[in-house]
Amino acid sequence: MKIDDHRKKKNKPSNDWAIEAHGLMKQFGKHRAVDGVDLNVPAGSIYGVLGPNGAGKTTTIRMLSTLLRPDAGTARIFGHDVSNESHRVRQLIGVTGQYASVDETLSATENLMIFSRLLGLSRADARRKSAELLQAFGLTEAAKRPLKHFSGGMRRRLDLAASLIAQPPLIFLDEPTTGLDPRTRNQMWATIRNLVDSGSTVLLTTQYLQEADELADRIAVIDQGRVVAEGTANELKASIGRSSLQIRIQDPTKTEQARGIIEQALTVASAVSPEGGKITAPLADADRVTDLLIALRAADVHLAELSVQKPTLDEVFLTITGHGVNENKAKNKQKLGAANR
Amino acid sequence: MKTTTIQPVADRHLRRNTSFTQSLANSVTMAYRGLLKIKRTPEQLFDVTLQPIIFTLMFTYIFGGAISGNVTRYLPVIIPGILVQTVITTSIVTGVQLREDMDKGVFDRFKSLPIARIAPLAGALLADTVRYTIATILTFSMGYLMGYRPDGGLTDVVLAGLLVIVCSWSISWIFAFFGVIARTASSVQGISMLVLFPLTFLSNAFVPVNTLPDWLQWFAKINPVSHLITAVRHLTNSGAFGWDFTVTLIGAAVIVVVFAPLTVRAYMHRT
Repeated sequence: MKIDDHRKKKNKPSNDWAIEAHGLMKQFGKHRAVDGVDLNVPAGSIYGVLGPNGAGKTTTIRMLSTLLRPDAGTARIFGHDVSNESHRVRQLIGVTGQYASVDETLSATENLMIFSRLLGLSRADARRKSAELLQAFGLTEAAKRPLKHFSGGMRRRLDLAASLIAQPPLIFLDEPTTGLDPRTRNQMWATIRNLVDSGSTVLLTTQYLQEADELADRIAVIDQGRVVAEGTANELKASIGRSSLQIRIQDPTKTEQARGIIEQALTVASAVSPEGGKITAPLADADRVTDLLIALRAADVHLAELSVQKPTLDEVFLTITGHGVNENKAKNKQKLGAANR
Repeated sequence: MKTTTIQPVADRHLRRNTSFTQSLANSVTMAYRGLLKIKRTPEQLFDVTLQPIIFTLMFTYIFGGAISGNVTRYLPVIIPGILVQTVITTSIVTGVQLREDMDKGVFDRFKSLPIARIAPLAGALLADTVRYTIATILTFSMGYLMGYRPDGGLTDVVLAGLLVIVCSWSISWIFAFFGVIARTASSVQGISMLVLFPLTFLSNAFVPVNTLPDWLQWFAKINPVSHLITAVRHLTNSGAFGWDFTVTLIGAAVIVVVFAPLTVRAYMHRT
């Protein structure tokens, strides 16, 4: 059997991989929420699971964190099987769910005290740990208030604090910044980076491409319960292609002349956007742009706008998942990008 | 943020299972959580405060004259009856609240912690004995105000009260089971009431069993609630531990032995 082979290969639990999941499957009724997910997360990294709503991110996290039994497939956390050694796995993980997994009616201190006591800390240690975490997450002032009066950001912070009591080597964060304002989101990102600096492994799910790009060492793109692409952010971006140069000229009647110069200087084929004026060309070698600009000046073609568009994870995502690229949306973004410059 | 580095996985000693002492400690912590919740939302004690007062007054004055000739003579019959009925009814709330609690995110955290699986359930049930205690004290106090002077004396009244609390705790495992398997809190309430109403009324709680038709007598006599009420009556009225006392305790133990594992299993399988 496949599982036995796997065991034979490594009798001793390995510590190189924080997560090894093979063919994870979970079905709810007729709907296959997770349909054969493979994940290999190296210890000490931030791993991003990227996907739209309903892609199976949360279900995957729930299976990896022993909250849900997989219908098929195996998953190991630092070499320990999530189904057969769930109690051991639970000693190695911290889970912060999409919805705050803390007690609404209690205060922040009471919440942390109870979780600390459950994790076997003595009363004094639990008090010290709670105070320390509240301090670290800037919640000391609100410590005694019931959580009902907490803002979304404070709740998330407390939630994360609660996951860190036992200093677990692996932390699951399910959409840690959904619904947070940009400032709080940046704080959360800093916190996550600190976690990894202290030696933890973080697996986070997100719908935000920017977040995965910003934080994750490696990214798995998941769609309809399957991993459709995996790699570093750069690898994923490279898989879709190069940057493109976008030029708008002042006199639209010279468009064809300009295209000729561009194609000659960059030795590529160019395209003109339907509403006219904007010429797009793939940019393989940035150094050649100098030649191009000089050539354009020499030909008396004046530029209205010049920009370089890098492939975004957005495009990567749309290309991979094949949810038809929304033309208008893509164009609007390009316009916005140009306006910002 | 923290500057300390975390302990490497290889250096950690991982336990395969929770020990008995850990399970006990976890349950006590969860009970503490339950008590804190009661402290934070005292309005959830309305039922255990008002029900003993209203029911005791109502039933005693309605049935007193008809059944025992007058209210004072009815008191030794009705107080144990109403006590058992009130406190057991209160234990339904345990299942309902468990259902509500389980829908909240915090239960996900409990599940992901390396703690005894039984702790969140046992803790909630343990904390609810506070509710039973309040209901018990209030029912006896109401009886006292209305002129009830149990011959058994204070010690036996306390023992009777403890017996009722222990039994209600056992029975609350049944409702906890409903709580874990049901979809909504209101359905837990519905199912539990459906089970409990016949059980408490088709007993010797309010009327002497020999006034009932034969087929009903048969049921009322084997009804475990009747045994509990009889045990309480014997204790409070004459300070005697009878056969009913033993039968009741055995019954309570059986309920726990059957329903506690069932409930924990259902809880663990629920997503």
